[in-house]
Amino acid sequence: MVNIDLLIVGGGPAGLAAASTAAALGIQVLLVDEGLNPGGQLVKQTHKFFGSGEHYAGTRGIDIPQQLCRGDQENITIMADTTVLGCYEDGVITALTGEEKYFKIKPQRVIFATGASEKFLSFPGNDLPGVYGAGAVQTLMNQYGVLPGKRVLMVGAGNIGIIVSYQLLQAGIPVAAVVEAAPEIGGYLVHASKIARAGVPILTRHTILSAQGDEAVESAVIAKLDENWQSIPGSEETIDVDTVCLAVGLSPVVDLLRQVGCKTKYVPQLGGDAPLRNQHLKTSLDWVYVAGDVAGVEEASAAMVEGRLAGAAASAELGAGAEAQEIIAQCQASLDSLRGGPVGEKIRSGITQLEGGVANA
Amino acid sequence: MLKMTGIAQRADWQAKLPSQERRQAGPYAVFECYQEIPCNPCERACPRGAVSIGEDINHIPQIDYDICNGCGLCVARCPGLAIFVVDENHAPGYGKVLIPWEYLPVPENGQEVVAVGRDGQELCSAKVVEVRRAKGQDRTIVLGLQVPVEHVNMVRGIKLGGEDNGR
Amino acid sequence: MDLRRISEHPILEFEDRPVIKFTFEGQSMQGRQGDTIASALHANGVMVLSHSRRHHRPRGFFCAIGKCSSCLMTVNGVPNVRACVEQLVEGMDVRRQPATGGELKW
Repeated sequence: MVNIDLLIVGGGPAGLAAASTAAALGIQVLLVDEGLNPGGQLVKQTHKFFGSGEHYAGTRGIDIPQQLCRGDQENITIMADTTVLGCYEDGVITALTGEEKYFKIKPQRVIFATGASEKFLSFPGNDLPGVYGAGAVQTLMNQYGVLPGKRVLMVGAGNIGIIVSYQLLQAGIPVAAVVEAAPEIGGYLVHASKIARAGVPILTRHTILSAQGDEAVESAVIAKLDENWQSIPGSEETIDVDTVCLAVGLSPVVDLLRQVGCKTKYVPQLGGDAPLRNQHLKTSLDWVYVAGDVAGVEEASAAMVEGRLAGAAASAELGAGAEAQEIIAQCQASLDSLRGGPVGEKIRSGITQLEGGVANA
Repeated sequence: MLKMTGIAQRADWQAKLPSQERRQAGPYAVFECYQEIPCNPCERACPRGAVSIGEDINHIPQIDYDICNGCGLCVARCPGLAIFVVDENHAPGYGKVLIPWEYLPVPENGQEVVAVGRDGQELCSAKVVEVRRAKGQDRTIVLGLQVPVEHVNMVRGIKLGGEDNGR
Repeated sequence: MDLRRISEHPILEFEDRPVIKFTFEGQSMQGRQGDTIASALHANGVMVLSHSRRHHRPRGFFCAIGKCSSCLMTVNGVPNVRACVEQLVEGMDVRRQPATGGELKW
C-alpha cells in the first residue's frame, strides 16, 4: 500500500499545475498518468495560447508541460504509463503500471484531473475507417507525425474543429469544408478567420448526412439545415474526402468519481455529467477534489488555474499555511477574469448548477 | 456575417483603421480582433505602449495611433494571428502589408506570390519584400508583401499553389 | 515506404527515427521508433483493423487515445490489445482478430 499526502490522477494541464503547486507548498505528491509522456492534450497543441501572462498566453501548448511542472521538482513523484483502475469508498485507489505492476494507494487527499473524451455523432457510415475524432487526427499528426488522410471534412466549428482544421493545413492536408449545425461559429472568430483566408469554407447550418465508401471513407454527403435543425431536401451535396473528422464536443471523464460515490449532475453547458463541487473544487466527498475538463469542459488555460486552485485547497487541508489561501484567492480571481467575458457565459451558467450542491469551506 | 463565416466584412474592418491622415503618415497596425475573448499578449508585445486592453482581459484592444509606428512586433505575438501592419506609401502605386505565416513552404525574399483576401479568394499578384524570422516570434514568420496600394486593406494572406481547400 | 509520414512541419520537428520491423497478418512491415501499432499501420496505408460482428463491416480506430475500443487487435497471440496506445516493438506479430475478441493461447 502506497501511503501519500496527495494523489493526482491525470498529468494534463490541470494535474501538472496541481502537482507543482502542492509540492511547492511542502506537500508530498504522487502524480499518475496513463500515457508514456504526461502532458495530456497539451502535447498536441501547436498553437499559441490565449488568456494572459499567468495563463502562459502567447506560449505554444507543446512548450507548456515542462514549464508547468518539472519531473525532478522536490516533493513530486511522477509515475507515467500508470492507469488508475478503481477508486473505493474506503479511500483506496488501485493502479496498474505497464502490463503487470498492480498496486494500491491510500492518499490523504486525491485530485482527479482525468480530462474529457470525444463525443460521437450518428449518421450512416460513421463506423467506416476514415471517420475519426478531431483529437485522434491531432494525435496522429502532431504526436506520431503520420498524415491522417488526403482530404478532410471537419464536422463542428467549435474551437477544436477550427484549430484542428488549421493544424491539418499546416501538415499540408487540404480541408474541403467545416460544417456546423448551429447558425453561428462556436469557436473564437480569429481561429475561423485564419482558415477562411486559407480558402476553407465554414458552412453554418450544415451537417453531415452520411459517409460513403466500401473499405474506408471515399466521400461524404452534407446538407443544409432549416431553423428546426432538419435537413432541407434538395440541399444535399457530395464532398470528395477520404477523412471525416468529428469535433462535436467533449464529455468529462467521470467514471472513477462515479465509482467512489461523488455526486454528479447532467449539465449540457459543461459537456455532460459533471461532479458537484464547491468553490475550492472539492466534490461531495470530503477527500476528493477535481480540476480541469473533468470538472466541466472548458479550456487549457482554465484547466491550469483550476489545477493550481485544487492543489492549493487540498494542501491547505494537509497543513500548508497562509500561502495556500493566497493562491486560492488568486486562482479564483484568475478564473473570474478568464470567464468574465461573453464567451464565458456558458461556463458560468454551467458551474452555477454544480456549486450549490457542496458546502464551501 | 462574420459570426457565420469567419470573414470580416467591410464595415467590420473599416472601423479598425485609423484616420485617413494617419494612414498616409506612415505604417500602422490593424488589429482584426472583433470578439471579446480572454486574451492580452498584444498589450505586452508593443514596446511603445500603443496597445491597451486593461484589467479586464476580455476587452478588445485599443490602439493609440499617435504612438503606433507600425514596427510590426505585435504581428507574430498575437495567438489569433489577427494583427497586420499596413504601409500605404511603400513605393509609388504600391503598399506593403505584413502578415503572419505559419505554413510551409516559406516564400523567399523577392518571390512573386498570389495575394488573397479574407475569404481566401485571389486578389492580385504580390512580391515578397520581407521575411522576418526572429527568435521572439517563436516560429511565427512575418512576411512583408508589396501589393498595389488599392489592395492594402484587402490582402490578408497568400497562396503558393498546390492548395486544394474548399469543395 | 513512408508515404504518409510528415517530414517537414512549420512548428514541429520530426526527426528520422530508427526503423522497427514487424509483421501484419504475416506480412513484413516497417514502422518507426515511437509509433504505436495503429500509427505504424496507418503510415503503411492499413486502415481496416477489424470487422464488425454481424455485418462484417470494416472498422478502423476512432479516438486514438485508448478510450473507445475501436482498434482492438491480437498482438503476439494476445487478443484485445488497444493498437492505438500499444507501443510498436521490433518483431511484433500483429493480426486482425474475430469481432468477438479471439482466444488467448497460453
